[in-house]
Amino acid sequence: METVNIKINNMAASVPAGSTILEAARTIGIEIPTLCYLKEINEIGACRICMVEVKGARSLVTACVFPVTEGMEVFTNTEKVRKSRKLTLELILSTHDRRCLSCVRSGNCELQALCKEFGVDDEAHFAGENPRYDFDDSAAHMVRDNNRCILCRRCVAACQQQDCAVIGANARGFNTHIGSAFEKDLADVSCVSCGQCIVNCPTGALSEKDDTDKVLAAINDPEKYVIVHTAPSIRATLGEAFGLKLGTNVQGKMVAALRRLGFDKVFDTDFAADLTIMEEANELIERVTNGGVLPMITSCSPGWVKYCEHYFPQLIPHLSSCKSPQQMFGAVIKSWYAEKNGIDPAKIVCVGVMPCTAKKFENKRDGQNATGYPDVDIAITTRELARMIDSAGIYFKHLADEEFDNPLGEASGAGVIFGATGGVMEAALRTAVETLTGEELRSLDFTEVRGTKGIKEASYQVGDLTVNVCAASGLQNARKVLEEIAAGTSKYHFIEIMACPGGCVNGGGQPVQHAVVRNFVDLRGARAKALYEADAASAVRKSHENPAIKQLYAEYLGEPGSHKAHELLHTHYTARPKYK
Amino acid sequence: MLKKISKLPFTGTPEQEAQLQAIIASVDGDKSLLMHVMQKAQGIYGYLPFEVQAIIAEGMNIPLEHIYGVSTFYAQFALAPKGKYNISVCLGTACYVKGAQDILDKVTEELGIISGECTADGQFSIEACRCIGACGLAPVMMINDDVYGTLTPAQIPAILEKYRNA
Repeated sequence: METVNIKINNMAASVPAGSTILEAARTIGIEIPTLCYLKEINEIGACRICMVEVKGARSLVTACVFPVTEGMEVFTNTEKVRKSRKLTLELILSTHDRRCLSCVRSGNCELQALCKEFGVDDEAHFAGENPRYDFDDSAAHMVRDNNRCILCRRCVAACQQQDCAVIGANARGFNTHIGSAFEKDLADVSCVSCGQCIVNCPTGALSEKDDTDKVLAAINDPEKYVIVHTAPSIRATLGEAFGLKLGTNVQGKMVAALRRLGFDKVFDTDFAADLTIMEEANELIERVTNGGVLPMITSCSPGWVKYCEHYFPQLIPHLSSCKSPQQMFGAVIKSWYAEKNGIDPAKIVCVGVMPCTAKKFENKRDGQNATGYPDVDIAITTRELARMIDSAGIYFKHLADEEFDNPLGEASGAGVIFGATGGVMEAALRTAVETLTGEELRSLDFTEVRGTKGIKEASYQVGDLTVNVCAASGLQNARKVLEEIAAGTSKYHFIEIMACPGGCVNGGGQPVQHAVVRNFVDLRGARAKALYEADAASAVRKSHENPAIKQLYAEYLGEPGSHKAHELLHTHYTARPKYK
Repeated sequence: MLKKISKLPFTGTPEQEAQLQAIIASVDGDKSLLMHVMQKAQGIYGYLPFEVQAIIAEGMNIPLEHIYGVSTFYAQFALAPKGKYNISVCLGTACYVKGAQDILDKVTEELGIISGECTADGQFSIEACRCIGACGLAPVMMINDDVYGTLTPAQIPAILEKYRNA
């Protein structure tokens, strides 16, 4: 590797040629603050917080995009640099809604943290007349508040990376604001609800629609039987909100916290992930053996499903008709579970804790109320759960581990890996291969579809059939795979698509990690590792061997793909226009 | 300045769309020619309403929001149609110090629309413009190609009346 020799703050360093000053500084333990910078996604040098002095340069330069050259001398912490950063912050604050106390991101705001770091002592230093913006709370999943926006454009870059680009910078100068085409509301454009803009926002300008009040109201209503279930990835991320190390599996503490919050039953969405596999594997086998539409594409990611409906409506027949695990769970709770336990489904409130903002859209879709009641009444994100735990005075870190309730707390290792890209594929293969060949798999690890790469592909020999599979995450990657299908050149039989890059572990509802973490730590990998470890440690690692699943089919559903299963667990999709 | 989005119904014809499609086809997928296409589109339709930008978005495979962002960034793009009579009130330095703002305010009051808008009957539109090179006549306004100089607000109703009855 070609290197160049530079000096940063008088310390000599040899760094790879082509590095930026920001990257070079990190290699010798010097952190330069950033705000607009998102590695590989938003490298625009716009916010000017990362300014450093370079010997011989005419003015300060932006460390995030300025490449190092041989012999360069950089100073990251001079009087001039500190003054510039403070001034930049004061200017940003001049148009910022500075009511931090009531902001959802207070305490976890990148702007707030920088103001503290650089000693901003008068947040209204340049106060003056400002444009005021109305909230946009038109969408089911989120609220946009441009008064808190600092125009870093990280959301714009994230939306573009998700191949939607429904938000961007409109107008110019003082009137510049982030919005949609023709100032349309978010609900009226082809936003897929993935929430990647939210997790990439440094301030409180973007946030999930908070449904915690609804959950608390249900818990406090003695008439209601409130059931909560947590998606596979929540156990791998919730701890971050309480200062635990990235990738800590907090399943036991999470269950304990949910009981203390007052839920009547605490179940595991992983059970429904296993159920999804039963139905999806069956659907795949049907399609392969009966000449159905191939490739079949998974349908558990509601952001992906909405993307398909807006951008590739002609490919809807490729989508599996299976509901997502969240919705299957609700349907089973309000039918089998309610009947078995003599509970009136009208009194059940089913709450899903999801890594995902699109789940708030999904549970309100048509065809998601199999029993006549909504399958899932309320979907909250990991962040909302963390806030509920906080405000209930639960000392999360010190909780003793507890177990899920049964039987719907019982799940296989296949269910838990749903939270990482490739996980659904691997889980489905474990069941489909054994079902098709009638033989037990020697190894359950389909490592080719693991990892955080955007598109992963593999071929497996199943009996005399070669099955070509693909797992794509992030919607730009999805587009590549979909364009092949549309052109008729796709070689795959089965495709897993997750809207969010890296899958649910990096979902739009997950705890916010500041850009400095997102840029330099493998967030997706660290979170996913916790799920693969949980799978490896599971006694049951195949969905079809989950005893609770067997019981459900034996007592209630009959066979996968049965009439009853179709009634409860399958749904339909609809082409959606790009603009209303 | 924030641009006003016209609420007037779109009246584009199939012939206009064919012209625009031909322009889009001529750039052969080169997305860097977006502004060129937008300029041509404005030449065809007079402005760039949703329907026109949507055709460009689809034809050039560029997100509509991106095109809208460009159309609101550059002063040359209009989101509202021009009226049969387009009134340009000069707000250049010389006109401004001679009271051009009062002229603009009076025109606005008389027509019930603001700068960048077009009246519902399609007769008048107003735009605030920069120096038109007639500083000696400040304050100046143009209605299509007719120049009116050394104006006072009191003269405005009679001038507009001429065009209303034309």
